[in-house]
Amino acid sequence: MSVPSRREPRHLRDVVFVDGARTPFGKSSKGMYTETRADDMIVSVIRELVRRHPQLPPDRIDDVAIAAATQIGDQGLTLGRIAAILAGLPRSVPGFSIDRMCAGAMTAVTSVSGSIAFGAYDVAIAGGVEHMGRHPMAEGADPNPRFLADNLVSLDALSMGVTAENLHDRFPQLTRDRADRFALRSQEKVAKAYAEGKIQPDLVPVATRSAEAGWGLASKDEPPRPGTTLEGLAELRTPFRPHGRVTAGNAAGLNDGATACIMAAEGVAAELELPVRMRLVGYGFAGVEPEVMGVGPIPATERALRSTGLSIDDIGLFELNEAFAVQVLAFLDHYGIDDDDPRVNQYGGAIAFGHPLASSGVRLMTQLARQFADHPEVRYGLTAMCVGLGQGGAVIWENPHYEDGGR
Amino acid sequence: MTAPDFADEVVTRALVRYLDVPGIPGEFALITLDNGHDHTRPSTFGPAGLQSLSDALDEIEAHRPKVAAVGVTGKPFVFAVGADITGVPLIAHRDQALEIARAGHRVYCRIKDLDVPTFAFVNGAVMGGGLELALHCDYRTLSSSAAAIAFPECFLGLVPGWGGTQLLPNLIGPANAVKVIVENPLNQNKMLKPKEAVALGIADELLDSADFLVESLRWAAKVLDGSTPVERPAAERGQAWQQAVAAGRGLVDARLHGAAPAPYRALDLIALAETADFGAGTAAEDEALADLIMTDELRSGLYSFDLVNKRAKRPAGAPDKSLARKVTKVGIVGAGLMASQLALLFARRLEVPVVLTDVDQARIDKGVGYVHTELDKQQARGRLSPDKANRLKALVTGSLGKAAFADADFVIEAVFEELSVKKAVFAELEGYLSDEAILATNTSSLSITEIAADLRHPERVVGFHFFNPVAVLPLLEIVRGTATDDASLATAFAVARTLKKSAVLVSDAPAFVVNRLLTRFLGEVTAAVDEGTPIEVADRALDPLGLPMSPFVLLALVGPAVALHVAGTMHAAFPDRYAVSDNLRRLVEAGKPGIYTWDTGSQQLDPEVAALFQHGDSPSTEEQVRERALSALAEEIGLMLEAGVVAEAADIDLCMLLGAGWPFHLGGITPYLDRTGISEKVLGRRFTTPGVASLPA
Repeated sequence: MSVPSRREPRHLRDVVFVDGARTPFGKSSKGMYTETRADDMIVSVIRELVRRHPQLPPDRIDDVAIAAATQIGDQGLTLGRIAAILAGLPRSVPGFSIDRMCAGAMTAVTSVSGSIAFGAYDVAIAGGVEHMGRHPMAEGADPNPRFLADNLVSLDALSMGVTAENLHDRFPQLTRDRADRFALRSQEKVAKAYAEGKIQPDLVPVATRSAEAGWGLASKDEPPRPGTTLEGLAELRTPFRPHGRVTAGNAAGLNDGATACIMAAEGVAAELELPVRMRLVGYGFAGVEPEVMGVGPIPATERALRSTGLSIDDIGLFELNEAFAVQVLAFLDHYGIDDDDPRVNQYGGAIAFGHPLASSGVRLMTQLARQFADHPEVRYGLTAMCVGLGQGGAVIWENPHYEDGGR
Repeated sequence: MTAPDFADEVVTRALVRYLDVPGIPGEFALITLDNGHDHTRPSTFGPAGLQSLSDALDEIEAHRPKVAAVGVTGKPFVFAVGADITGVPLIAHRDQALEIARAGHRVYCRIKDLDVPTFAFVNGAVMGGGLELALHCDYRTLSSSAAAIAFPECFLGLVPGWGGTQLLPNLIGPANAVKVIVENPLNQNKMLKPKEAVALGIADELLDSADFLVESLRWAAKVLDGSTPVERPAAERGQAWQQAVAAGRGLVDARLHGAAPAPYRALDLIALAETADFGAGTAAEDEALADLIMTDELRSGLYSFDLVNKRAKRPAGAPDKSLARKVTKVGIVGAGLMASQLALLFARRLEVPVVLTDVDQARIDKGVGYVHTELDKQQARGRLSPDKANRLKALVTGSLGKAAFADADFVIEAVFEELSVKKAVFAELEGYLSDEAILATNTSSLSITEIAADLRHPERVVGFHFFNPVAVLPLLEIVRGTATDDASLATAFAVARTLKKSAVLVSDAPAFVVNRLLTRFLGEVTAAVDEGTPIEVADRALDPLGLPMSPFVLLALVGPAVALHVAGTMHAAFPDRYAVSDNLRRLVEAGKPGIYTWDTGSQQLDPEVAALFQHGDSPSTEEQVRERALSALAEEIGLMLEAGVVAEAADIDLCMLLGAGWPFHLGGITPYLDRTGISEKVLGRRFTTPGVASLPA
């Protein structure tokens, strides 16, 4: 790495996604991780990444950015730093914590990528963890009374399910039936992806403690419901509103999981002979009304497209986080993409896999990276997600397998 | 007949789960050993625990489809630490003992005989029967953070008789097995570090604790698919085997002189393991365990273990902890060797400023210099970081004036053993100290009450008697004078705990406990020599006890001058029972360090001493000397208990175990005096009821 002197102009560096991995996701309620610590989960993933790439000297890792939405207890104490220590990385490797609610891991990736492009880092680990069983969303939160007094944010905005119902109100064409059908396809696609072995390679098994049952091993996702039917989905109650549209079936559940990835300057990846699974093109975050936070990915994607000079038509593969079916449908409608467009969420999404808040961003990326390898005809892909309190995040990636895309 | 009912057994449950492990076709049955408590109560095997393991194996064998492999692991930080010994005192008949031995073998053999590969994932502390369980598996991984890897059986008076004596030598070779099974337990029950255990071949693979179980399963998958071959060197048989056992026997003889049976039985079993098939070997283990469980030596060993691990942590008669005052600075009067050792200990453990004073600057410099040198040595050995060494060195300073003690909360004196000197020191200190600062004295024989008598605040004076070498011997006799108040005493106990010493409360009686008994004991042996018993005969007389050293080697360690001084003090206090030997006086006057020399490399009677000694004409036999010395001990202990020097005989035993290093198989000393009939003969009664530290009646 060359350090630019003050007199020379800076040269931006290309940033690549070297590899990503995640724990299997669990159900927060009486799930497989009930007695497993969140920090132990993220440590498992970091150790696996280091183990998979012995050519990366651990002391070349310049930072460890780990996200959690609820930074309390085993998700507190500057999680990135404690995870680095617990993972056995050299003491010289620093770390920090990130919070942008659901887009935590995504923000960890963009944050370290910015530092890599800028020349401050060569290699970094970015990821996220959320154990919603040990730390329910908004645990210990103390919302400022001015939110209500000054009409800044309505109470609706604090319950994600309610914001999803609000989206149905805003876009009446997004019916419950469309949402249920989308949810069913998500379950089916996950089952298919598992059957084809597309998911397993990115999973890191985790030893799960149970004082009553003994040690277990988490080696696959717990939330998917392979037998889901449309009829079954239609019968589910709508907990956020009487006769509403949002159900446990067409939304992601409450989950536990951890993800992480290695990001590097492209030249450094070449020097260390690290693989390149995706090349970062650009990213954007945007704010929207908190009461309809689910539309967040649309302006975020707009920003990312604008800054990269691409159009939505350039995107060949989409990995959209499925916090709620309605929120993905709003995005698809906005861009005139069919509900069952094969470019979208090929392996299914969070409705089936689960959505351990701050960890989900990197799951989108590992899945997109695997799809890139299978689709050399595709040049660009998008990972995007909505964020509580009215935000969206979007990251555009280039496929290194694209024709001569390897440069 | 079955084993007695272990009503209080904390049952270790064997929990079975069938895992889907990437890379392993079929299910992997994982047994977790968990007694439902955290790591402070490690898992052990009593009858119900063994039954649970057996039930787990039943379940696994009945499981369909048939499992691909079986693994065993433990709850966090603990694999299993062996048989539940708390039930052993309840065993009254040999056939019950035999049944316990067989019950372990029955279950463990089932694991060995499973027709699928078996793995032990040793995730934490593993001792005795826990380690034997692991040895019955085909393969073993070991966590880098596993604590306490050991076969401590011989330390207590047992043998690793649930397969350990047969499996271990065949796995790691006879010499290593002798080291682990016999030598380490006799060497203050030394435990292995994970790296050492893997180097010895006890485990096949060392894995990081961070993701130990997952990586163990991954390793198992690679062993099962053949991609990771497990190679072990074959144990060398024939002459090497016999030599290893013979070397072990030599070592045990030198240490014990036959005083305790367990290490000898362990060696016999290791010898047998060379050629015996596993069935014959384990049958011999059954017999050995049954024999040993029915020995007084084992019962005393368990009693000693309990004293050291339980009674030592809750000293009888200590006041409520909450009364203790904070100690933020320590003063030490004197800068000689003892004072310097104390300064080092206080600085290391309390991590507060320690000031040494003495009458001349050169002695102070020497004292502080000693501490700094010792800290440098510890740093060089990697036991202290440079920062920590800097911190500790900065804590220890010296001062000519006692004004430096003004803000000390705890001042201990280690000046000349003379009442007037100590009284003068404390009187002077009172002029500088706060009214509540503790005045502690390291006196070994003077009266605390008399030392405190003329002070303005005698309630703050406590006896704080260390044993030499201070860093090694864990005992601290804390002495209460008549004026000592509870807060001062509580503070002394709190300081002792922080110093990691085991404190025993003793009353203000001459020479307290350990020195009183050792002086009496040594006095009788010396008297026998004075009367005409050959030195060698007298010094050999106590060999059958397996003491850490013979009486006259002990004399050399204490130093004849100190021994003479204490003998004088004791003679003044109890003229009818303590004499001052003229031969001892001659030894001191001649400036001899002892009666032996080691100049030639081995222990020999110093010819000059032999010439110096005058002998009477009524020699005793070894038996007579032994009976005389032990009878004297029984008499002295009886008187001490009558006078309330300590709360109970158990405290005497605790003092002898921790302050004199007397062995577990004697139970300190009173169980031995009971079982040899000496207490009965001398006092007309036993110290403890049968069954407490001996076989039940």
